[in-house]
Amino acid sequence: MMQFMLLFSRQGKLRLQKWYVPLSDKEKKKITRELVQTVLARKPKMCSFLEWRDLKIVYKRYASLYFCCAIEDQDNELITLEIIHRYVELLDKYFGSVCELDIIFNFEKAYFILDEFLLGGEVQETSKKNVLKAIEQADLLQEPRHEYFNVPVY
Amino acid sequence: MPAPIRLRELIRTIRTARTQAEEREMIQKECAAIRSSFREEDNTYRCRNVAKLLYMHMLGYPAHFGQLECLKLIASQKFTDKRIGYLGAMLLLDERQDVHLLMTNCIKNDLNHSTQYVQGLALCTLGCMGSSEMCRDLAGEVEKLLKTSNSYLRKKAALCAVHVIRKVPELMEMFLPATKNLLNEKNHGVLHTSVVLLTEMCERSPDMLAHFRKNEKLVPQLVRILKNLIMSGYSPEHDVSGISDPFLQVRILRLLRILGRNDDDSSEAMNDILAQVATNTETSKNVGNAILYETVLTIMDIKSESGLRVLAINILGRFLLNNDKNIRYVALTSLLKTVQTDHNAVQRHRSTIVDCLKDLDVSIKRRAMELSFALVNGNNIRGMMKELLYFLDSCEPEFKADCASGIFLAAEKYAPSKRWHIDTIMRVLTTAGSYVRDDAVPNLIQLITNSVEMHAYTVQRLYKAILGDYSQQPLVQVAAWCIGEYGDLLVSGQCEEEEPIQVTEDEVLDILESVLISNMSTSVTRGYALTAIMKLSTRFSCTVNRIKKVVSIYGSSIDVELQQRAVEYNALFKKYDHMRSALLERMPVMEKVTTNGPTDMVQTNGETEPAPLETKPPPSGPQPTSQANDLLDLLGGNDITPIIPTVPTSKPASAGGELLDLLGDLNLTGAPPSAPASVPQLSQPPFLLDGLSSQPLFNDIASGIPSITAYSKNGLKIEFTFERSNTNPSVTVITIQASNSTELDMTDFVFQAAVPKTFQLQLLSPSSSIVPAFNTGTITQVIKVLNPQKQQLRMRIKLTYNHKGSAMQDLAEVNNFPPQSWQ
Repeated sequence: MMQFMLLFSRQGKLRLQKWYVPLSDKEKKKITRELVQTVLARKPKMCSFLEWRDLKIVYKRYASLYFCCAIEDQDNELITLEIIHRYVELLDKYFGSVCELDIIFNFEKAYFILDEFLLGGEVQETSKKNVLKAIEQADLLQEPRHEYFNVPVY
Repeated sequence: MPAPIRLRELIRTIRTARTQAEEREMIQKECAAIRSSFREEDNTYRCRNVAKLLYMHMLGYPAHFGQLECLKLIASQKFTDKRIGYLGAMLLLDERQDVHLLMTNCIKNDLNHSTQYVQGLALCTLGCMGSSEMCRDLAGEVEKLLKTSNSYLRKKAALCAVHVIRKVPELMEMFLPATKNLLNEKNHGVLHTSVVLLTEMCERSPDMLAHFRKNEKLVPQLVRILKNLIMSGYSPEHDVSGISDPFLQVRILRLLRILGRNDDDSSEAMNDILAQVATNTETSKNVGNAILYETVLTIMDIKSESGLRVLAINILGRFLLNNDKNIRYVALTSLLKTVQTDHNAVQRHRSTIVDCLKDLDVSIKRRAMELSFALVNGNNIRGMMKELLYFLDSCEPEFKADCASGIFLAAEKYAPSKRWHIDTIMRVLTTAGSYVRDDAVPNLIQLITNSVEMHAYTVQRLYKAILGDYSQQPLVQVAAWCIGEYGDLLVSGQCEEEEPIQVTEDEVLDILESVLISNMSTSVTRGYALTAIMKLSTRFSCTVNRIKKVVSIYGSSIDVELQQRAVEYNALFKKYDHMRSALLERMPVMEKVTTNGPTDMVQTNGETEPAPLETKPPPSGPQPTSQANDLLDLLGGNDITPIIPTVPTSKPASAGGELLDLLGDLNLTGAPPSAPASVPQLSQPPFLLDGLSSQPLFNDIASGIPSITAYSKNGLKIEFTFERSNTNPSVTVITIQASNSTELDMTDFVFQAAVPKTFQLQLLSPSSSIVPAFNTGTITQVIKVLNPQKQQLRMRIKLTYNHKGSAMQDLAEVNNFPPQSWQ
């Protein structure tokens, strides 16, 4: 299973963190700091995999964002790259040519999309269409602005 | 009270902050506003406030005061609230907080909600962060949803079940009935998650595995599904670069691997499909290679026929030539796994692997190095060694130690001639001298001693090597030792292998004295040099006075070790002159000590750092280290008088520190241990017996084997008591007792142990995971060690625990096992 996924910018700012294993806030911060440092230090021509503690780290850079996943020993690194790519495609479809700013300003939506694609560190839906459909429908359920009371969603 | 600012507004504002301090100020202001809003129990804006809090949490600021608010959002009727509430729960709560249990009821209700998206939220949250208690409470609901016809919910329920099983393995049984028809689904989401669920069950329980193999006929079903995926035409919904649902294909291949492992029938049933996938999958993109990779792993792990195995290795060979670094990396990793079982097939790709040593990527280089060492054999040793030595020369410092050790091991096993062996070692010492491990020096000295016909050649080469540069300590140590032993051969120009050089006795003493004086020489090296000079007093004829002078000068050296030696050697010249020539005689051939290379140690947790046999004494007091033990071995084989503090010996002095430790140990064991604790657990004051060495403080009277303190640091003490099995003399049963003398409990205590490859270890369950403070109790755990070769017991232990709010971890070596525990 995937133990966690981190998205961070080239300056090391965290944009998304999804943890599938229980760790204290302090531990999460420590791991994040260490990994961000390690991945940012990698040169562009190096391979996308590295060993870190007893996990395998798979990372890929898309424009200004690093997508970094930690998988276990029996997991397939190459298919994890495909998982990352699929997530980027989903974001791209949803936001229309996604860029880092979209994820910054709509981070909660990025999480919602991720939660329709992965669950408990495993892929739950392999059809792009189905994931996007589910998000669409769920978005419709969100209580709309009450124009009269001027109470926006959030 | 004005409406709280909106989320996007806040994000925009915070991003305008130019300094960390400015940002902090904004955050604090907003947090204060949010807090007061929470206090007012404002339902309308709670969602907005929590969303903002989550943003600030991501920036690294504390957000714990929002935890309860998340629970309130989850309990709300509004979907928007629930969505943010569950997200908040997943981000801010975890199973360590008691608060999380309050979610259980909400989740239970939401699992039965009329809207599937609400049910989905609940399943997702439970599947991501549900604690064991929550899983126990809600497993029934999950099981129900696993049987629903709604595929949207079914797929989520399957992964939720996986999480439940991971947290509470005993609950696996209850999901069994629901798995009956899972693979009949058409929906790929359900298929994928079902395969994951079946994989989890089969991996965890051999009974389940057997059941699925025989009763459910899982293999034919999976083969059918896989076949459909490959043969079916283009399916836009699941297509990735021309391949239909690669995610599902990979998971099916992985499940097939588990089903086919060690089972002939299952392996046969999947042979065809594996061959088909291996030959038909498109390899131009990463996605195809991902499937091939999984296929290769499966082929190598099941009982496949040899043709299929060769096919798999060839795929890996092709991977090695791929331009994509990731593919090459994956190929090297897989080859490393198969090199033991399919050695010959992997040998065919040796030249490609060796080429990878020149790759720019560090991960690839490391893999290639490990694989190269695995492929070295008697036939290719010369060629491989050339490549490896070149690699040693040019590689990054992080590799040098491992590479040097690997080269030594390979050379020892396959050296075509003694001269080649010594040349190779010399090359390593001069190239990577400062990275060579400490234990290499005694090993080398032993090798040189035993190559009797090469003594003249060796000493000449070593002399030449340090003439130019005496900064690399291991090289200088070996050279000094050799010059001390064979200096007579050096000056008499007896070398046959190469042109003998003209060296005078004075020149030899010059270089040794330079080593003694040099700032670059460590204390250990100086010890070697001094002893070497002393030995030459019986081998040289013209310069004995000079030697006497040097030795007497160091009688007042600040370095205690040097001083002691010099004083003792001085005594040799004066009072014990009649014994001098006998004591300083040439070393006889040593008994072959089994290679204690670092790669022999079994690794724990896949750590790649080597297990050094360093001379670091554990903090509880002087204990004979492993090198000192080697020392004892060597002494056993020689005719020299045993260690008596006043008489110097001509044993090859390793780290001077060990000498002191050994002597210190002897002195202390003379004294009777004070206050032998009769009730070991309760009445021991902390560190009472720290001053003493590792001698037992309470004897295991029943078996007569003394117990030892294996570890004592930071208030944590671990003792080993021993029992030998009457029925099986190779088995030693060790009972460990961990006690804690500090004022706070140590929780989540985990004890792990690793032993060298020739041993086998079985660790039984511990009595608990909490070491209570003030030595009020202990954790007991039993280790069974199988030692068929009756080798000296060594163990490496790893301790992890929580203490005073922080996670502690320590690694230690236990080398002080009493002989009765393993002989």
